[in-house]
Amino acid sequence: MNDVARAEVEDFLYHEAALLDAWRLDEWLALLTDDATYRVPSNDQPESDPKAALFTIADDMRRMRARVARLKDPHAHAESPRSRTRRLISNVRIVERAPLRVEANFVVYRYRGNEDVRTYVGRYRYTLVRQDGGLRIKAREAILDAMELASLGTVSFIL
Amino acid sequence: MSASRIVLNEPQQHRFEINRAALVDAAIFREEQERIFERCWLYVGHESEVRAPGDFRTRTVCGRPLILCRDSRNELRVFLNTCRHRGTVVCREAQGNAERYTCFYHGWTYDRDGRLYAVPGQSAYPPNFDRTELGLKEPPRVEAYRGFVFLNFDANAVPLREYLGSAVEYIDLVLDQSPSGRMEMIHGTQEYDIRANWKLLVENSYDDYHLLTTHATWLDYLKSSGVEVKRPEKGHMLPSHGLGKDLGNGHGTTDNVNFRGRPVAAWIPIYGDAAKPELERIRAELVQRLGPERAKRVADTNRNLLIFPNLVLLDGSSVSVRSFQPLAPDRMRVRAGALGPVEETPLARQVRLDSFLTFYGPGGFATPDDIAALEAVQEGLGAYKEVQWSPLTRGMAKQGEQLNTDEAHLRAFWIQWDKLMRAA
Repeated sequence: MNDVARAEVEDFLYHEAALLDAWRLDEWLALLTDDATYRVPSNDQPESDPKAALFTIADDMRRMRARVARLKDPHAHAESPRSRTRRLISNVRIVERAPLRVEANFVVYRYRGNEDVRTYVGRYRYTLVRQDGGLRIKAREAILDAMELASLGTVSFIL
Repeated sequence: MSASRIVLNEPQQHRFEINRAALVDAAIFREEQERIFERCWLYVGHESEVRAPGDFRTRTVCGRPLILCRDSRNELRVFLNTCRHRGTVVCREAQGNAERYTCFYHGWTYDRDGRLYAVPGQSAYPPNFDRTELGLKEPPRVEAYRGFVFLNFDANAVPLREYLGSAVEYIDLVLDQSPSGRMEMIHGTQEYDIRANWKLLVENSYDDYHLLTTHATWLDYLKSSGVEVKRPEKGHMLPSHGLGKDLGNGHGTTDNVNFRGRPVAAWIPIYGDAAKPELERIRAELVQRLGPERAKRVADTNRNLLIFPNLVLLDGSSVSVRSFQPLAPDRMRVRAGALGPVEETPLARQVRLDSFLTFYGPGGFATPDDIAALEAVQEGLGAYKEVQWSPLTRGMAKQGEQLNTDEAHLRAFWIQWDKLMRAA
């Protein structure tokens, strides 16, 4: 996609981050294509294929919809009351244009209940497509820099 | 608080209570380290995690830095990862292959067999300096059962096989998933902390009483994906019959008729139509190899097995090997991975890994709620001086079989814990 400028990609990623931070999860789902994937690899195997390695999260669209349904349910105890997150996205780069692949750095601060802040640091890898005039997410992967989750605990919110 | 007042067990009166100090008190925590973790067999890792001479993994068990590795003859070894000179860890990578282990501080170098190979400036040491006595130390005992490697810091401990006792029946049942009886750890480790006492995870790992409430959203997910979740029979809480078993020596297990999917070999719609023939093939192989009865046991029952004190084999939606290290009275580090048959096809492996993620792990649809529960318990235990006792009496007045929603298997853990804490 030669018509895409970095500013448009940045606007799109900032919009996605705002939706996730506001827990507007149905609107977030609408940013994804029907064959979209969402992955968080195990910390010790950041470059892997979920068919052959254990991931922390490896969702297809069906499971992402189930994940969102779960997160909106008060019986999802890990997120009830829900986490309050704040995402900072930076160093956005278009690394390939056909398909459109984008990388970015992230810091996600997560507060839950009275707990101390948990800070998730890493990079995103996106594959984006143009659909109905706007950008849509075909693949998003969040790769954490920490060698292990350790004090980060769970990834029960959408990273 | 002395340990002798922690477990109140009066079977005639149907009383069994745990003093909550066991989950909070720092002195009890320190005592546990000596009386339980320094005397019991502790899981280190699986033989498949190191395959060739020089392969290594570093990990921490009971606070001790360890190197799990293969020596020059490809024998499995466990070294204490500490230089004999000043104590530096000599291997600082999580995994890899090493010709030698070199301490970067003063340059002492050990070979794959743990022998001290080179000491810079050795001539300055007095004549009694003996390099052959200064190899990497090993834990007093290291033994394996069918690929699972354990250590014991007590040189006088009973052999591992004797320690495992009747729990091996259930380990064998897991390993029967593999035509050759061999399974391997799949790449990818889930390592995370829980802000709770380690014994709460012991209980949680094989307590099925919490399933309906803690995992309501997981059950909803199964139902909405087309899994039949039956109404419980009279006197039961869960969709299928299941037992809780005391296996002796503090080990215990659930033993349940399966109602969820199992990669070996109970297909559910979540696995996709393409996987159906593959699971039928796996089941046919089981029947042919093991006979119909044993095959049914492998494929159509599931189990969560506790090996006392801190190893759990979760053989349900997949097979997870989960061990945990106490870090503080209110904190533990969990290490979990997926175990699969060595000869599994790529498709079957994919089903196994995908099925794992529907329930287990820090991003799964169930484990995060377990963790939330344990952390909520630990928070509530702040009132342990005012609210001292927790009852653990489910099923106690019953004759005959104990269900997985009863607590006989949990009581067995605490009775063994109490016995070791009070031993001379």
